[in-house]
Amino acid sequence: MPITTTLGEILRARGVGRREFLQFCTGIATLLALPSAMIPRIAEALEKARRPSVIWLSFQECTGCTESLTRSHDPSLENLIFNAISLDYHHTLQAASGQGAEAARTQAMKDNKGKFLLVVDGSVPVANPGYSTIAGISNLDMLLEAAEEAFAVIAVGSCAAFGGIPHASPNPTGAVAISKALPGKRIINVPGCPPIATAITGVLAHFLTFGAIPELDQLGRPLVFYGQTVHDRCYRRPYYEKGWFARRFDDEGAKKGWCLYLLGCKGPVTYNACPVTKWNQGTSYPIESGHGCIGCSEPNFWDQGGFYRSLPQGQWGGAGTLTLAAGLGAAIGAGATLAARRRQNQAREESQ
Amino acid sequence: MSLLEFARGPALEGALIIFVFGIFWRLIGALTASPPILLAKPRRQDTFIAGMRAILTRSWPLEEFHNIIWFQHYSGYIWHISFFIVLLFFQPHIAFFTSLTGLSWPGLPNNVILVVAAIAVATLIALLVRRLRYRVLRQISNADDYISWVATILPLITGFMAYSHTGGRYETLLALHLLSVELLLLWFPFGKLMHAILAFPARFQIGAAFGRRGVRA
Repeated sequence: MPITTTLGEILRARGVGRREFLQFCTGIATLLALPSAMIPRIAEALEKARRPSVIWLSFQECTGCTESLTRSHDPSLENLIFNAISLDYHHTLQAASGQGAEAARTQAMKDNKGKFLLVVDGSVPVANPGYSTIAGISNLDMLLEAAEEAFAVIAVGSCAAFGGIPHASPNPTGAVAISKALPGKRIINVPGCPPIATAITGVLAHFLTFGAIPELDQLGRPLVFYGQTVHDRCYRRPYYEKGWFARRFDDEGAKKGWCLYLLGCKGPVTYNACPVTKWNQGTSYPIESGHGCIGCSEPNFWDQGGFYRSLPQGQWGGAGTLTLAAGLGAAIGAGATLAARRRQNQAREESQ
Repeated sequence: MSLLEFARGPALEGALIIFVFGIFWRLIGALTASPPILLAKPRRQDTFIAGMRAILTRSWPLEEFHNIIWFQHYSGYIWHISFFIVLLFFQPHIAFFTSLTGLSWPGLPNNVILVVAAIAVATLIALLVRRLRYRVLRQISNADDYISWVATILPLITGFMAYSHTGGRYETLLALHLLSVELLLLWFPFGKLMHAILAFPARFQIGAAFGRRGVRA
């Protein structure tokens, strides 16, 4: 059904008072790195905002992205935003199934034509549509149908944003990112494996507040969350600057918390907010737990030669190719010399 | 494929293949080249010792020429030593060599590497200024000298930028650093940089030939 109630009405109906509402607005301003002067404007915008319809499609994925969002540690913010939207279709969370569920999806699309948000997690198989279907509809067909009338498309997780693990070599299903399946459509990528819940809700909060998509980087990621590398904000960075590196996961350097760059950390080339938002109720993030960043919010992170292969090591074939090159070089060098000797001998014989 | 993926993957592999191929081609070609036809009677038999002595005596300036060539000579030492310290003792470089050879060794602190790298760059610039300033030196220089200079200094400059995250995103700077190293690898076997491999065999050969004639090399 069309959404007519405002966000302010919904929150009041849920017993959210003025003070809590302003705290919520302050939280959103903090989340989106906006100045405090914006808080009254956020409050005014949210008060009048219509509850947006959201259709969530899950394709080739592991449900980790949904888990990340629903198990987020900050219920005062994530839950409020989650409750402030009308989640009209999400086949993992909804009670309905089968034709009833699909009917709800098509009805929501019809009622909120051009206004609903389309959230997608998982990649789309194009090699054979039969690899992944929902209610007998191929992922690609369902995506094309839903995206046509959507206000904006949010690709949640690395599978949706860049193809992710299904796209990893040899990519048996011909998995592609949502941006490849919907060329020309403006898509907000919220990558990560899984993405940080705050990043997902931050995009929704931005849409709720401003009715527009946030500023994006060249890969379609919101700059507010993906504007800096993990390395830029890593607490171990001083050790990198000094050249103090752990060489093994059990050596003295690792025990002292030195930089994990030589153990394969991809933090310097990974744009994400993990060091700031952290995971598990703000407990830590992978580097803080002693493991290097695997670069899960970057394209093709699965095919970078291995999580434990450091950036300076490169990705080259191996010694076999170089041995062959050495043998070939030696053979050609010796062959050229033999040919030159033969010519010299012939010239000498002719002159005698 | 991103620029970094290209630089770490196919570009690196291609450059290494051409580097190894070129070195073996030129080295084996030089070592198996026709020996000169010797018609004169040798004045000395110990040509091997003469050759080895030439390797040593050419490692420092002859007294007669000391005043003329001391700057070029000692700055050459400073450049080569500082370059090899940066190449072999910067820890990410050790990681690269470990991936190639399986061997590992202790590195130096970054502060030391930075100072040494700055000395290497300054020396290279000083040597270029000298080359451009002196007419004779300028006239005997050719494109090979300048290409070799560029191919050598670029990895140092891009390395500085990548280490300090200056001038762009780290992945771009690291990719540029790797690409500059790959340029060096590609040029190495085919230009004057090959002296790194051929210098000592060439000195030996000259020393042995001079020794045979009874001439000090």
